[in-house]
Amino acid sequence: MDLLRFITAGSVDDGKSTLIGRLLYDTDSIKVDQLETILKQSKNKSEGEIDLALFTDGLRAEREQGITIDVAYKYFNTEKRKFIIADAPGHTQYTRNMVTGASNSDLIIILVDARQGVIEQTRRHSIIASLLAIPHVVVTVNKMDMVHYSEAVYNDIVLDYMKMAEQLNIKDVTFIPISALNGDNIVKPSANTPWYEGETLLNLLETIDIANDINLTDPRFAVQYVIRPQSDDLHDYRGYAGKVVSGVYKKGDLVTVLPEGIDSEIEAVEINGEEVDIAFAPQSAVIRLKHDIDVNRGNVIATQANMPRVSQEVEAMLCWMDNKPLTPGNKYLIQVHGKTVRCVVKEINYKLDVNTLVKHDNIQQAGLNDIVNVTIKTATPIVFDSYESLRANGGAILIDETAFTTVAGCMLQ
Amino acid sequence: MSQYKLDYLDLLEAESIHIMREVAGQFERPALLFSGGKDSITLVQLALKAFKPGKIPFPLVHIDTGHNFPEAIKYRDEVVERTGAKLIVRNVADTIKAKGLKEQTGKFASRNALQSYTLLDTIEEFGFDACIGGARRDEEKARAKERIFSVRDEFGAWDPKRQRPELWNLYNGKIAKGENVRVFPISNWVELDVWNYIKREQIELPSIYFTHEREVLVHGEYLVAVSPFIRIDEGDIIETRHVRYRTVGDMTCTAAVESTASTIDDIVAEIHKTNISERGETRIDDQISEAAMEDRKKNGYF
Repeated sequence: MDLLRFITAGSVDDGKSTLIGRLLYDTDSIKVDQLETILKQSKNKSEGEIDLALFTDGLRAEREQGITIDVAYKYFNTEKRKFIIADAPGHTQYTRNMVTGASNSDLIIILVDARQGVIEQTRRHSIIASLLAIPHVVVTVNKMDMVHYSEAVYNDIVLDYMKMAEQLNIKDVTFIPISALNGDNIVKPSANTPWYEGETLLNLLETIDIANDINLTDPRFAVQYVIRPQSDDLHDYRGYAGKVVSGVYKKGDLVTVLPEGIDSEIEAVEINGEEVDIAFAPQSAVIRLKHDIDVNRGNVIATQANMPRVSQEVEAMLCWMDNKPLTPGNKYLIQVHGKTVRCVVKEINYKLDVNTLVKHDNIQQAGLNDIVNVTIKTATPIVFDSYESLRANGGAILIDETAFTTVAGCMLQ
Repeated sequence: MSQYKLDYLDLLEAESIHIMREVAGQFERPALLFSGGKDSITLVQLALKAFKPGKIPFPLVHIDTGHNFPEAIKYRDEVVERTGAKLIVRNVADTIKAKGLKEQTGKFASRNALQSYTLLDTIEEFGFDACIGGARRDEEKARAKERIFSVRDEFGAWDPKRQRPELWNLYNGKIAKGENVRVFPISNWVELDVWNYIKREQIELPSIYFTHEREVLVHGEYLVAVSPFIRIDEGDIIETRHVRYRTVGDMTCTAAVESTASTIDDIVAEIHKTNISERGETRIDDQISEAAMEDRKKNGYF
């Protein structure tokens, strides 16, 4: 059994909550007492009918204050996989929430209302999926029951979407005609769509190949913490605890500690206190080096044959997440893995219209939910790869220097 | 490629160890909240694995309500003995006395909510800037929306509006003076993941997780252990049943389940079959209102 993280994109009107409710309900992931609570709340429903959307219902604070918390997480599993759903509210202005939920997702389900087809919102969700480099896209054409399960309607939507996807660098797209309300093609194949020969949604989620999404070719190890037991039997032990961000590590690898650029060789790779032959992404491990050099939290250990970028200036696509606007010249902290350094956003190069892909120049400020391309200068060098080529080592966040809030997510270029 | 394949428990473990190390790397004075329940037992195992061959670089903190199962206390002391971890215990009873707090009254009066006062005092006393807790997002809907690094003000309050967006695996632990962070390394685990992990790692558990004979008060659907901490009224039904605990909290508000499960395999099989949620079946304190957990979290609960 492995693990798939996915995000659902769409608004309540598209039936997103109903779809999540349907997946949970049809995989027996909802317990009797939770069901009873929902039944009590399922007003305006005939006896015994459940409002599946209520499974993703919000907190009292959200109802009272009319706010929506960025992402809620839901869990279910089948024999084949454990699933983590990032449920991000889908209103127009919530680009921020989707970016947050999408950052960790292997797959995105984009809901299209069969009656409306590909609309501005569909385009926006697809652009964000492409920006965040989510490896797999599933377009579910929902409410097929409302269009009499028409194959023609479905085919038109597929064609429309494919046309758009070509512009967006979206590679792996699958289409499924569904009705979340009635359960068509969600868990069981539907008799209402005999013309559809593809998989059900659950079957696809269970079997889609995600093993190849992990980069095992470019070794990057982010040091988080130095283990120094200083006990009698481990007097000289120095282990660098961290995460294999990508690639594979083994004893004897010739490595460089970045950003300083000091060369060494791997003495041992350890997991759980025991030496292992290899450590690979996304494992947590400990690396010991042959030479007595200064390695600290925030360092990256890379192999000499395959180096990331080390720079004090970087361009980034950035999603602004704060109410206080971004103005060029403002200083922030930038966090890349274990490294947090001061930086200045020198310039906003352009703002991307997430509905049309149009780039607007001459931008003086970026506001909440804006996606902009910026040039960032850092106080000391940071170690990274371009997000597009190595997703696991190209993400960063900006932190407000005095309020300490996370104000932006950055895809480094 | 098969040599590079990880099982879902390996993936969850790797993520949790990464979070543990972020805590040790980012904070000056972290602590791990330890209750003797299965979730915090899992945290201890993850912390041990994260820092081997070194010791866990932060103390275990037990906020003792005085209403614990004796088996859980015994287990707690054994863990400390076995791991060499530092243990700090602070008692809710002392806070009640010092602050003149009013205790709940009534049949299943619980100190669960008062724990927050002792926790906040303890955080202040030791200057803890991060407290690691065993909360899981699958437990409850207020927890489903909780971040892995959850920033709390000096009153320990959780403000859903102030939550920081969490992207990729980058955790922002920067805080102002007086604030602290609650960290939840097993956020993405569900109840069965915890059990399967305990089984895989062969972690010992307090005996009350397994079937035993116990005198219980039969209160509707709930079986509450007879103890000096609950009020027995005339007409109460007291019976001896074969029970075990699905979750271990206070004796006052944690209900037992009828069970003959004597091994972890039995327990896993039982949870597979059950159609009631963990909190629904065992937590009397959550049944008070739909937003009980949400309210407690706003008052500094973890």
